[in-house]
Amino acid sequence: MNIAVAVDDEVRHEVQPSASAVGPATKRIVVGYGFWIFLLSDIVMFAALFAGYAVLAHATAGGPSGAQLFNQGSAAIETGCLLASSYTCGLMSLAITSRRYAVTYLAALITFILGAAFLTLEVREFAGMIAIGAGPQRSAFLSAFFTLVGCHGLHVTAGLVWLTVMMAQVAIKGFRATVERRLLCFSLFWHALDIVWVWLFTVVYLMGVLS
Amino acid sequence: MNLLGKLNWSAIPFDQPIIMGASGGMVLVIVSILSWVTLKGYLPYLWREWLTSVDHKRIGIMYIILALIMLLRGFADAIMMRAQQAVAAGGAQGYLPPEHFDQIFSAHGTIMIFFMAMPFVIGMMNFVVPLQLGVRDMAFPTLNSVALGLTASGILLTNISLAVGEFAKTGWVAYPPLSELQFSPGVGVDYYLWALQISGVGTLMTGINFVATILKTRAPGMSYMRMPVFCWTSLAANLLIVAAFPVLTATLAMLLLDRYLGFHFFTIDGQGNAMMYVNLFWVWGHPEVYILVLPAFGIFSEVVSTFSGKPLFGYRSMVAATMVICVLSFIVWLHHFFTMGAGANVNGFFGVMTMIIAVPTGVKVFNWLFTMYGGRIRFTVPILWSIGFMVTFVIGGMTGVLMAVPPADFQLHNSLFLIAHFHNVIIGGTVFGLMAGYNYWFPKAFGFKLDERWGRASFWCWLIGFYLAFMPLYALGLMGMTRRMQHYDVASWQPWLVVAAVGVVVILAGIVSQVIQLVVSIRDREQLRVTADPWNGRTLEWATASPPPAWNFAVLPQVTDLDALWNKKQRGRTQAQPPKERKFEPIEMPKNSATGFITAFFAVVSGFALIWHIWWMAGAGAIGIFLTMLVFAFRDEEEIEVPAEQIARFEQVNQAEIAV
Repeated sequence: MNIAVAVDDEVRHEVQPSASAVGPATKRIVVGYGFWIFLLSDIVMFAALFAGYAVLAHATAGGPSGAQLFNQGSAAIETGCLLASSYTCGLMSLAITSRRYAVTYLAALITFILGAAFLTLEVREFAGMIAIGAGPQRSAFLSAFFTLVGCHGLHVTAGLVWLTVMMAQVAIKGFRATVERRLLCFSLFWHALDIVWVWLFTVVYLMGVLS
Repeated sequence: MNLLGKLNWSAIPFDQPIIMGASGGMVLVIVSILSWVTLKGYLPYLWREWLTSVDHKRIGIMYIILALIMLLRGFADAIMMRAQQAVAAGGAQGYLPPEHFDQIFSAHGTIMIFFMAMPFVIGMMNFVVPLQLGVRDMAFPTLNSVALGLTASGILLTNISLAVGEFAKTGWVAYPPLSELQFSPGVGVDYYLWALQISGVGTLMTGINFVATILKTRAPGMSYMRMPVFCWTSLAANLLIVAAFPVLTATLAMLLLDRYLGFHFFTIDGQGNAMMYVNLFWVWGHPEVYILVLPAFGIFSEVVSTFSGKPLFGYRSMVAATMVICVLSFIVWLHHFFTMGAGANVNGFFGVMTMIIAVPTGVKVFNWLFTMYGGRIRFTVPILWSIGFMVTFVIGGMTGVLMAVPPADFQLHNSLFLIAHFHNVIIGGTVFGLMAGYNYWFPKAFGFKLDERWGRASFWCWLIGFYLAFMPLYALGLMGMTRRMQHYDVASWQPWLVVAAVGVVVILAGIVSQVIQLVVSIRDREQLRVTADPWNGRTLEWATASPPPAWNFAVLPQVTDLDALWNKKQRGRTQAQPPKERKFEPIEMPKNSATGFITAFFAVVSGFALIWHIWWMAGAGAIGIFLTMLVFAFRDEEEIEVPAEQIARFEQVNQAEIAV
């Protein structure tokens, strides 16, 4: 979204005495800041889902528990994919800063492939659980599990769509200021999904097998 | 496969004369307004200047128009409930069958909280905050317009439920297991859920937008301790939106999954946990109370200080109290259901926290009183509302502290005492505040004042009507009457309920006075015309023309202290400065965008389709939203330039700006 009140990015690079003395911040700062606020709100939403999962983690209604269902090997590979994709996403940010198209596309492609691999593994895990009668309708525990992990998966899916659109924008519009700001937001988003996944891996998969 | 899902002709309640009359009237009004607009040729103007506008002032005004319409709708529900309870004593069943009465109280609560109070508060912040900050628009203007669109979508869906299908019969909180498919198989709860989900996304966008605006875009020199109090309370309210609304979204999503896909979050079978819904709901719900009332506190601060001709007493303590409330509001939620039985320690903790949160509120009340003390008070309509608020809100606050005592709450839980309490604080706090703000900022928005006489009439009717309508409810609560009763056997309750019904009629007179006030003011607008600063104001919104130009300020004001405009005026009085030669530069303003309107259209399509299980249509709506975003993302021109000559011309015509 565009900024009416903020100044253009190019001005005011020198150090200023205090932020409030100079008036509105630059567009880049306002957009980045707004997106941070969004990410915080998204994390609050995940917090609610985590709370729901914590309450219902043992409400198996006589059905299978986490220890019986979770495959840590698969979850570990998923984690590897996602963390590696964060690294390539970082490489993409560097390529954008130095205005290198080919490296940007390549890094985006690898990020996309790793994200897609993560999703494929997750969908296979879900399908396997549903096939043995451990779908979300089986118990409150499984409802909470599918919702929490699935919500993260939906975020990753949205991220992949977003990345595709952004690459189209880079191809059509080049590295103009709006495109660059959106790419900045995308990389923030992608890293935030990593953080959520680390919690998820810990709370769901590791602690689930412990109990 | 059924192309229309669950939708068929039986969805329209042809056999219910009351519902058919109401929805027929609604359709008639909409059609006649639309055809009037079309015939007069206003449609292009409406589209160009309002529906596609991303100007924060226009968006704010549209929010408030929505809120005022919904006030009428929610109030109609209130009259029906009071009329029903005034007659349905002993063997009498009244005129509303139980299933209709249940929908009315659910719709009343949902509409008044989500679609009256919220849009009103957000509209007020939208109009005022950028002006007070001395900037030209919100941080994300198009996002702002999308948020408005989504709020309007939620409102539209709720009102469609009147004619097509039914609304929830669960109360505005929709507690499971009653709201689960097993006990509410109809579409009522689905209307409730989707309307709130869609408008909730809009509210979250608004919250993000305001936090970014207030923290990152202020006029040069406006440090935090120079921000007007209304900006502070808006900041607190929007921080609460960002932190609380995602919880509501998650909670309602869980209930949706239960209802649509057979999940077991809150069901009786599958080891679901219904109390988890109640907890999560109020984790959002209590901050929501402060989202509604904090901006109202800000309005009172501005009004009291302006009309007392004094700086606000204890500005810093006011800011501190606001932020303390902002934090504490997250650790009191359990007082909404002490009867859950969480045990003495848990209830004790939340009881004590609830009493503590009354302290900063008390600080605020004293600050307002001390601001008025020794001031030259001008008794205009806004300050009447403020004084009415101070008296009323203190009573409501005290009954709240009373209910914060868990043993007392066990007696009063879900009784009419509770109903009286929260109406006492929401009407006495939020609604009075919004009315004060409406009268206070109206001249800024439209360039003419609202009629004082009708304004006073409406205030007195509201105030007297409020006491008549809700004080009997305290008594009834103590006598043991619970909320949401379609009829009752205890004859001794009836006289109190008749008084309450009379009170509602008096409030109705207040609302009618407000409508007349608006009509009379528009008719006499030439006599009521004002300049930039009609109230001798203190903050920056009074430094620009009334109504302000699209760019708000030709030159961004330089702020050197709190009450920026007031001090500037004082300095101007003591040291006569020669009028400065002003040079104007062209201003970049955000371009109009239909994104908000089109997104809202597709959101309504999707929401309606999901409610009625018309899956293809839901998918089509979702694709529509995605394509709209894509078109927006690929547009080339984002800003238009207002040429310097146009600004100079405006400034010449409106010698309004007091050189800030």
